[in-house]
Amino acid sequence: MTEQPHVALNEVVRRYEGPPAVHALGPINLTMRRGEFFSVVGPSGCGKSTLLDVLCGLVRPTSGSVQFEGRELHGEVPDGIGVVFQEDASMPWLSVRQNVAFGLRTSGKSEKEIAELVDHAVSFMGLSQFADHYPAQLSGGMRQRVCIARTLVLRPRLILLDEPFGALDQQTRLLMGDELLRLWRETGATVLLITHALDEAAMLSDRVGVMSARPGRFIDMVQTGWPRDRDSRIVSDPKFGALTARLWSCLREESLKTMGRAA
Amino acid sequence: MSDVSLETALSSGTSRRRIRAFDAAVMTVLMMALWQAVGSWTKGVAVSPPLPTLFYLFGLLRTSMFWDHAAATLTAFLMAFVLSALIGLLLGLIFGLRRFAGEVAEPILAGFYTIPKVTLYPVVLLIFGLGMSAKVAFGIMHGLVPMTLFTLGAVRNLPPVLIRTARVLRLSPARMMRWVLVPACLPDIVNGLRISFSLSLLGVLIGEMFSSQRGLGFLLVNGMAQNNVPLSTAVVTVIVVVAIAVNTLMLRIGRRRVARTGNK
Amino acid sequence: MTRRRAALFVRIAVLAGLVALLEICCRTGIIDPLTVIPPSEMVASMVDHLGSGEFNESIVNTFSTIILAFALAVGLGTLAGALVHRSSRLRDVADPLLASYYSVPTFIFYPLLVALLGLGKAPLVVLGVLSAAPAVMISTLSGLDGVPPVLIKLARIHRLSAARTLWWIILPAALPRLFTGFKLALSYALIGVIAGEFILSGTGLGYAISFAYQSFDNRAMYGLMLFVLLVAIIANGILYVWEGRLARRRSAG
Repeated sequence: MTEQPHVALNEVVRRYEGPPAVHALGPINLTMRRGEFFSVVGPSGCGKSTLLDVLCGLVRPTSGSVQFEGRELHGEVPDGIGVVFQEDASMPWLSVRQNVAFGLRTSGKSEKEIAELVDHAVSFMGLSQFADHYPAQLSGGMRQRVCIARTLVLRPRLILLDEPFGALDQQTRLLMGDELLRLWRETGATVLLITHALDEAAMLSDRVGVMSARPGRFIDMVQTGWPRDRDSRIVSDPKFGALTARLWSCLREESLKTMGRAA
Repeated sequence: MSDVSLETALSSGTSRRRIRAFDAAVMTVLMMALWQAVGSWTKGVAVSPPLPTLFYLFGLLRTSMFWDHAAATLTAFLMAFVLSALIGLLLGLIFGLRRFAGEVAEPILAGFYTIPKVTLYPVVLLIFGLGMSAKVAFGIMHGLVPMTLFTLGAVRNLPPVLIRTARVLRLSPARMMRWVLVPACLPDIVNGLRISFSLSLLGVLIGEMFSSQRGLGFLLVNGMAQNNVPLSTAVVTVIVVVAIAVNTLMLRIGRRRVARTGNK
Repeated sequence: MTRRRAALFVRIAVLAGLVALLEICCRTGIIDPLTVIPPSEMVASMVDHLGSGEFNESIVNTFSTIILAFALAVGLGTLAGALVHRSSRLRDVADPLLASYYSVPTFIFYPLLVALLGLGKAPLVVLGVLSAAPAVMISTLSGLDGVPPVLIKLARIHRLSAARTLWWIILPAALPRLFTGFKLALSYALIGVIAGEFILSGTGLGYAISFAYQSFDNRAMYGLMLFVLLVAIIANGILYVWEGRLARRRSAG
């Protein structure tokens, strides 16, 4: 029995007309199983963020099709997708609690229900102490946790993250990686993580896709084979080193291409 | 994010510049047309249309009467502006450097900015009498505070390391101001000068409109009183052109200076 | 005592000191009483003239004109700013115009406005709007510019309608700068209207002050002057404090 893929991209291409005309992405062929944790790594400018935009329906592909849960996307964001952006998307005029509750405003749920869901998400992300603080009073990492809590509370079936820990220091990143895994197991969602950090991709994912320099295409897919019940301590596993090495050997050439282009 | 930079790179240079030039031309034509429309619709009772105004203006520029009035305004304005600039610069530097004094003074200055200073004109006249000194006082009333506030802001936003460097080099206060403070604050100071320019001019003109027998402001009001609409319109045109020209010039100077010294 | 409180006290002390100095100088004759009357006299005069009700009509006239000009300026300015923001072509045309607008002494158009609209409320309202609306437009553009693009993306992810995006995301994000524009608008509208009444009008507080001056009624003049200045300071002060509150929540601590 072939299970229908949760997400399917078929010959997806994205071009910008310009001038100048730019071929940003593709052709991309990708399927993701339900509940899979998939990471994308690639040199800068390769179109990783475009991939995310196309996947969630923010942007229509120039050609090819995007399917989510069997239905094709037509330039509209479907229900059930959550996105965590690279930039700080917390709303400075709302408290942490109000931020997290934001997505539930249109859900038609009662205030009591919303409060319960929000409290759960806030404590899950370790923010209970700061529930009534404002984003300006929090650190960058905590603000990102607010955004994740806001996504979590909607129980999305597909979670897209675009370099969410890019602005954080290494230790915080590792801890946030563990948080992300906890989130993944708790929600059972399919996760796509875009990152430039190879170790992060290798440590967190079931599968890693390596993208080429622009126009981005997948040039390698690596299965990690990690158990579902993992955390950052996996770095001590010898397989981890081999994985990272394989990813880098693929990526190195593409990165050099990008640098040569930029220089 | 790489793809955001991609999209912004796609809006290119020359075609946009050409469109901008075209739009600017269209805008100018529209404004002239509006002027003409208002002028002819009111049958020249309120505003004189562009062409007659222009002819009248050329004639006006050849009379000594006009230049007498212009000189009166110019003299009063220059004195007001220079004094506003110098005193404002000094006060701004002091208030910027002495933090507490600055904190005390700033709301007072900002408050002064928001009151209708025109209501204080009679007091100025009672003190200075009718004449040049009153006009200069009006100009300073309007131009001093913005200059002070801008300079104060500039000094306050100065990277502290510059002041520390000046202290380490054991510069005298005067030298520190001349060699470190003023150059570093220059962009904001130029902005302050630009605003102070416009406001000093405003102050002098309103003063002339209210209580003078000489100057362009007087000429404007007098023109209306005598129903000499072309005169009033011509005076307004002169003032508008001069104001915009100087403002644009000062904007360009400021920008070029910033580009050259990389001083942001 | 916090620094802010200390500054506040010193400020009040300085102002009180200046007023006291003026009072002493006037009473002892250092300042000619025909030129400036003592502050206590000014207050007395203000209370008298307000109490007598002879200026009630002027007060209503002036304030209604100011409020009307303010409301129009805010409405038109915000609308114009929003429209211009959507089109980069319009923006390219509008930006240089707005940059030079306040270099022109708007007031010089007032006599022309009177010739055009007569000597009533209309030229004053127009003058107020001409003075205030561009400031609103500029701050609207600035506010809309300042909405982080990621929040717009967020709105689409949450599948918000256009109206909801405007009401829940764009307006709150732009509010601080919008509010600054409103504050400026009140200030400019007030200044414009009173200046207009002062120079060339038949009604209103500005005219009343001018008339008192022309009639050598210094006492009335100073009383009214004090009243106008107090109203201006209080009105602007309220908005200033409000603006501070708005900003403080969104900045660190």
